[in-house]
Amino acid sequence: MTANELLVQIQNLRVEFDVRAGIVKAVDGVTFDIYRGQTLGVIGESGCGKSITARAILQMVPKPGKITAGQVLYHRRAKGSTQTDVINISKLDPDGQLIREIRGGEIGMIFQEPMSSLTPVYNAGSHINEAVSLHRLMPLRKVGDQMAETIRAHRKVTKEESRQIAIEMLRRVGIPKPEQRVDSYPHQLSGGQRQRVMIAIALSCQPVMLIADEPTTALDVSIEAQILDIMREMQRNENMAIMFITHNLGVIAEMAKEIVVMYMGKQVERASTVDIFYDPKHPYTRALLQSIPKVGRKTGTRLASIEGMVPDPFNLPTGCVFHPRCPSFMPGKCDKIAPTWKQLVGDHWVSCLLYEEV
Amino acid sequence: MAAPNTRTDNILLDVKGLKKYFPIQKGFLRRVVGYVKAVDDVTFFVREGETLGLVGESGCGKTTAGRTIIRLYEPTGGQVFFKSRLMAGGGEEKLINLAGLDRGQMKLIRREIAMIFQDPINSLNPRMTVGDIIAEPMVIHGQYRKDESEAIIINLLQRVGLRPDHLRRYPHEFSGGQRQRIGIARALSLNPRLVICDEPVSALDVSIQAQTLNLLQDLQRDFNLAYIFVAHDLSVVQHISNRVAVMYVGKIVEMADAEELYLYPLHPYTEALMSAVPKADPKYKSDRIIMQGDVADPSNPPSGCYFHPRCRYAVDICSKQAPEFRELKPDHFVACHLAQDLKLRGI
Repeated sequence: MTANELLVQIQNLRVEFDVRAGIVKAVDGVTFDIYRGQTLGVIGESGCGKSITARAILQMVPKPGKITAGQVLYHRRAKGSTQTDVINISKLDPDGQLIREIRGGEIGMIFQEPMSSLTPVYNAGSHINEAVSLHRLMPLRKVGDQMAETIRAHRKVTKEESRQIAIEMLRRVGIPKPEQRVDSYPHQLSGGQRQRVMIAIALSCQPVMLIADEPTTALDVSIEAQILDIMREMQRNENMAIMFITHNLGVIAEMAKEIVVMYMGKQVERASTVDIFYDPKHPYTRALLQSIPKVGRKTGTRLASIEGMVPDPFNLPTGCVFHPRCPSFMPGKCDKIAPTWKQLVGDHWVSCLLYEEV
Repeated sequence: MAAPNTRTDNILLDVKGLKKYFPIQKGFLRRVVGYVKAVDDVTFFVREGETLGLVGESGCGKTTAGRTIIRLYEPTGGQVFFKSRLMAGGGEEKLINLAGLDRGQMKLIRREIAMIFQDPINSLNPRMTVGDIIAEPMVIHGQYRKDESEAIIINLLQRVGLRPDHLRRYPHEFSGGQRQRIGIARALSLNPRLVICDEPVSALDVSIQAQTLNLLQDLQRDFNLAYIFVAHDLSVVQHISNRVAVMYVGKIVEMADAEELYLYPLHPYTEALMSAVPKADPKYKSDRIIMQGDVADPSNPPSGCYFHPRCRYAVDICSKQAPEFRELKPDHFVACHLAQDLKLRGI
């Protein structure tokens, strides 16, 4: 395994939602690289744009969202070959043949809680329909059939083999009695089991990269531990890259090598996992780390919390978007000047006026 | 907030052998073919002003236990003793068994025991204003006084960190964290002594979760509330709880002071659960105990100790005889045959 082989490059990505009330900049100039066999963590609170970034990688931004600037470069390589083609995913037709091969096959994905998000609204549009069948369970079809179909679409196997792969994957994600469960319908499974089925489907196609958007949030710790182990095993054996999106800092500490911290569509800090946890630079990263309860010896009785609320996306604060909640707010500076994306040392990047001469 | 040392004093709620079995019905005649033993002989107590955390995997019966206590589900067996002021009257307190009360008496008790729910979106009526939502318990219990109640509600709103002008707004205008605050204000509107919190922060973002946990702790101190805190996030439970009870397939397997339980567990299930918690420290080398097999089926549990098929320490007796829930160390209860001999590791 050669170190740092580029797989996906996201460059200055911007995604905007043009809705009646105005334009929401869901992703506002995000840049990072994902390497083969490594895990990149993305953390941030709801609405910070982490999920939309993930969807943009697969040309799956929901309407009325649009990629307005930037690009996603995918370094594609046929299995067993060393030849790499660079594909600009953001230029591909979202319904085209190529993106459909990549989506779900080469780049797998797991999104949060599968069935509760099944809404009739998603019936419109063929590419959305396909996206639905790729990462959501259909209510009226057997779990095993849905799995086998996805496997056959992306791997050259027979019907019987695909069923065997499905059973084996169900066993690996900890579904009891997989030989029987393979014939059950989604409503017969618990929420945690449905989520594990989705994980099994994503992993059964042997993707080169897995986008995991809060994959274990709804699960118990014991199941979560199993799922994380499976992902790491796949990563070791098949050099799979993972983009791991979560707000669980415990999980990210365990999984990721590098972490991107996002706030209101912007990346505020990026560094190795150890640096993020031991030497965070951005006040938001610090606040986020201090606000989680830790297990073990009791240290204090109160948690540090971030004051105030996430701002209204139609009416963002001037200057640095975090300044109204920031404990290190510098009046006259932070509310006037927008910070730039700056490299501090090595691979530690931050966007904060504390580290700029202004 | 230190837990009192005296064992029998200050006990607000004393649950003894509580059972809740749900019948499994089959066929056209709805014949009962078996029971799901959701809560199976559970014994614990809660002291005044303290927080008891109730943890366990999904389906272990922790939510059912909480709901059976205030008889949202009718208990199948067991007793629930609650030290009631309203039943005694005149500033006195009286220990009464909630399981034996009729509807009218239970209604009185519901003023003293409140509940906070997990889902802040579905637990608020979308067609009622925030003011009406908070006033509703007072109206139902005949406590609403036109002249004074509005002031009480405004006071409650401010206490949970909302503004008085939010009174006339509707739930959809609020974020998840704010809605949970509305739910908390509603739970406090009748001055309860015990609040059953069912996963109150698991739907919230990290920073909002911290704000809500701090709020719950402040309210506990100011109003001398006792909490039963049902949750699956072990770090949140340790943070907020004085004592923690661990449930597995309808039974409490271990109960102790929070720090003691996390650092020095006595039950192999607690040990395995603790080892699975992801630590927010990238330098920490995780050494997980992977539990074999699946969570037991509560309609057809294994013989002896329910945990024995997954337990790495199990011996002969574990599959034959159910262990007794006993106090092995002061205030540290455990149901395991081998507890005194095992050297288990904590967090």
